[in-house]
Order: sequence, then C-alpha cells, then structure tokens
Amino acid sequence: MAPRRRGGSIAWLLASWRGRARVELLLISRDRRTIIFTVMLPFILLLVLSSLLQGKPLNGGVSYAQYLTAGMIASGLVYGAFQSLSVAIPDERTNGTLKRLYGTPMPHSSYFAGKVGGVLFIYVVQVVLMLTLGAVAYGVHLPHTSSAILTFLWLSALSLISFTSLGIAFSSLAKTGQSAAAIATPIVLFLQFTSGVFFVFSKEPRWMQLIASLFPLRWLCQGMRSVFLPPSYGAAELGGGFHLGQVALMLGAWSLIGLVLCWRTFRWLPLGED
Amino acid sequence: MSAAVEVQGLQRSYGSLRAVDGIGFSIGHGTCVAMLGPNGAGKTTTVEILEGYRHRDAGAVSVLGQDPANADREWRLRVGIVPQNCSDLLDLTVAECVAHFASHYPRPRTPSALIELVGLADKSTSRVSALSGGQRRRLDVALGIVGGPELLFLDEPTTGFDPEARRAFWQLIGTLKQEGTTILLTTHYMEEADALADHVIVVNRGRVVADAPPAELGARAGGHAIVRWTEGAEHFEVETPTPTSFVAELFARTGGELEGLEVRRPSLEDAYLRLIDDEAVL
Repeated sequence: MAPRRRGGSIAWLLASWRGRARVELLLISRDRRTIIFTVMLPFILLLVLSSLLQGKPLNGGVSYAQYLTAGMIASGLVYGAFQSLSVAIPDERTNGTLKRLYGTPMPHSSYFAGKVGGVLFIYVVQVVLMLTLGAVAYGVHLPHTSSAILTFLWLSALSLISFTSLGIAFSSLAKTGQSAAAIATPIVLFLQFTSGVFFVFSKEPRWMQLIASLFPLRWLCQGMRSVFLPPSYGAAELGGGFHLGQVALMLGAWSLIGLVLCWRTFRWLPLGED
Repeated sequence: MSAAVEVQGLQRSYGSLRAVDGIGFSIGHGTCVAMLGPNGAGKTTTVEILEGYRHRDAGAVSVLGQDPANADREWRLRVGIVPQNCSDLLDLTVAECVAHFASHYPRPRTPSALIELVGLADKSTSRVSALSGGQRRRLDVALGIVGGPELLFLDEPTTGFDPEARRAFWQLIGTLKQEGTTILLTTHYMEEADALADHVIVVNRGRVVADAPPAELGARAGGHAIVRWTEGAEHFEVETPTPTSFVAELFARTGGELEGLEVRRPSLEDAYLRLIDDEAVL
C-alpha cells in the first residue's frame, strides 16, 4: 500500500511541475518584453554584428560569426536564466503572484520547476534560431562530432543550473523588478564585454581577464568556443587550451553557490510582510 | 465541537508600533464573521497571521484545529484565501487561471461550473488584464474557492464595485454560506457586513472593541431611534428610546398628516462610528 501511495504522490508532484511550467510558457509567449529583450536579443545581436564584421576573419581563419555564435549562445543563456528571472521574480513578489501561490497547497517546488521550464524553453528557442541564422546566412559550422555535442549538452546543463539559481538568488536583493533590472543589466553587460562574448578573450588586458575569470560567463564562453571553434583554435586560448575540466569545475562551483544562495535567501512575501 | 477559528491574546509589533495588541475572538463552524475597523487598525495583520502569511509575537491561534504558523499542504487544502489588491495573472485568461489553480487540489470544483457561478461565463476566454475591477475580484473569489475550502478568508472583496456588482457578489457569498463554508470577511462597507455577517468584530488600534451580531451592535450604540419630521419650514429631529409612543403623542398634538415623517433605527454604520469615536476619546 505504502509504495503505491508514494508512487501516486510522485506522479502528482510531476503533474504539478508540468502545470506550472505550462503557465510559465504561456506567460513568456504572451509577454512582448520577454520575447524581444530575452528571446530575440541574442539573435538580433548575432545578425547585426556578424553582418558588420563579415569578411574579417580572426586568427586561424575562423570567421567572426563563428566566434560570435559561441558567445551569443552563452549570452542568451544569461539573458534567459539570470537576467529575466532576477527581474521577473521581484515583479511577481510585488504583484501578488507569489503570495497567492504560497496560500495554495501547490508544492513550493512547482514554482521553481515552472521557472526552470521557462528558462529551458527560452534557451532552446534561442539556440535553434541562432544556429539556423548562423548556418544559413554566415556559413557557421555547426558542431557535429559526438564529443562536441556532448560537451554542448553538459555545458548547457551546468550553466543553466548556475545562472538560473543565481537569477533566483539575485531576485531577493531588489524590491521591484525595475530596481532589479537597474542592477542586473549593467552586471550582465560588464561580464559580456569582459568575458569574451564579443572580443577575443585572450587579447584582453590582463586585469580584465582576471576579473572575468572570477565569474561563470567567462568559463561558459570558453566551453562554447570548444564546441564551435576548431580544436586547433585551443592554442589561441589563454593557457593554450580549452581546459574543459577547469570550465566544469568553475561552473559547478557557481552552481553550488547559486543553489545555496537560493535556499538561504528566497522570500515568498515582500520584505516586511511576513 | 471546537470553533473553526480561535484567537487569544494575539500580538504583533512592527518596530515600536503595536499593530495587534491582544486581539481575541472565535468563529464558529459555518458562520460568516465580518471584521471591521479603520485603516491601520490591525485587520490585515490579524487576518494574514490566520492565513499563515505573517508571524506573531505572542498569543494562541488555532485555525481549523491547527496553528497556521505551521501550515502544511493538508491544511492549505482546507483553507481558501482571497487576498487584497491583486495585480497578478494579467496575461492569462479566466479559464486558464481557474484550470491552473484547480490543478492544485485533489477534488476541485469543476472549472466551467465555477466560472459560471461567479458570473464570468462570457469572459472565460478573456485575458485577466481586460477584466473590470469587479470581474477581476470575482475571479479572485473563484480562485479562493476552487478547492472547495472549509474556511474562506475574504480581504476587502468588494472594494471598487458598483452597487449591482456588489449585490451579485453578496449572492455568491450567500451560496457559499448555504454550502456550510466558514467565512472571515474584512470590509469597509457596513451594509456589506450587515447583509452577510452573522457576527461582527470591530477592531481599533490593535484591539477588539466590539464583538456581536450586527443587530446587537446597533443596540449597543444606544438603541435609540431617530424621529424626523417637518412643521411649516422647521425641521425637527429627536432621539428617543420609545419611538412609537413619541409619534403617537406627536400625532395627538398636531392632529394631521406630518410632513416628512421618518423613524430610523441607528444603522450598523452609526454604531460603528460611535464605537470608533468612543475609542478616540479614550
């Protein structure tokens, strides 16, 4: 009897997660701001920058579009997981979404499951759009070896965990979505410019490399380059290789930090209303 | 059987402000209680402690036999909440909201029947952002009762309603009462408390200043009727404990039809204002 009931409750929990994810997908697909600034922005940047810098190959004959695709996929992940959550959750805290859900028997995990579902959805759409654009318009070579695809998958998973959890943790800092955006946007911009999204990381000033190396985006970009650039390009990297072990270690550490921060700081109610 | 809600010596301070300062009352199963009081009296703090949102500094609270500070899923299944000032769900449709919240309960009301019950059948495919204030509030009530709660909290449910919408809303609450739902309502509208509540609790400055059926609350405020009439150009107004004999005497004296004759019992609002006023003097 007991195991059956347990099985039933797990099925019910999964159904609750799915239900919440469905709501998140509806909300994302109906919010023009999210569609433009989160889903489409990396695509638009890839389109504009690749067109501007077409015909200016980097060292080793790699096209700029090829280099930028790695960086823009990494950026899209940061927009969808970190930036959009750090703004959306304070909004949901002030408009009563979280309070209403907290007052129902919905398992608390369902709220987070829904957010994860939304983040995944955005990421998949971004990746499909950018790879299609890159391949069709700029001759970007898509990863085809099983090891490159495998790297892409674990790198995406680990990065989604760290940036989603950091976004949720960050959402507890600000009172409103607007004030969260005012802090999160400059942080993301700074990290993009210093972590090798737009520019060749190994050619950046040393101090910039050092600062960027403390944060996860630099490592995500490096991992993405290992997926999208030829293996020979590894020689042009800082330290003469893609160093995927180090990448996994740093992203794993940031995942751990993010999850602990989420656990310790998440609030269902606005500050002072508990 | 013990009461649905039992509160004793409840206290909660915000900094040096004692928002709730020793509130106590109880609500019987199946009754509707209205909590009245001016803004800042401690109503919302009290209700949100009972809903398991806020913590308390002192006092004993039992809601459906459980301390809401330890609210678990089983308890949440039995409690419905209609919070104040909601501006969430705007991008979903009415039907999507109701279906989603129904999915949190093992035996929910049928969404389409519930939408019908709250009078939103012709709005079920509309986005919440397109609803009027009254329609939005009825959706909030639908989401509060979708799980078929034993106890329903309604925090200022009809603020901003037009009179017709308010009447329709009262009918809906009447239906819930008939089904045996225990209701705790906070409101600023005296006629709403009068129409819906079996019992009224008046709160002021963090304390209960009156706790009685609406009719008795009126009697407590003096119980005197007010008689008004006009003689020539002069208007008269007299407060009297015996309006029948007063009018008989008046008739004997004037011997004819009295212009503008009016006999009025003190309303709940009169009683309420007097209670709040007495407090201010203290």
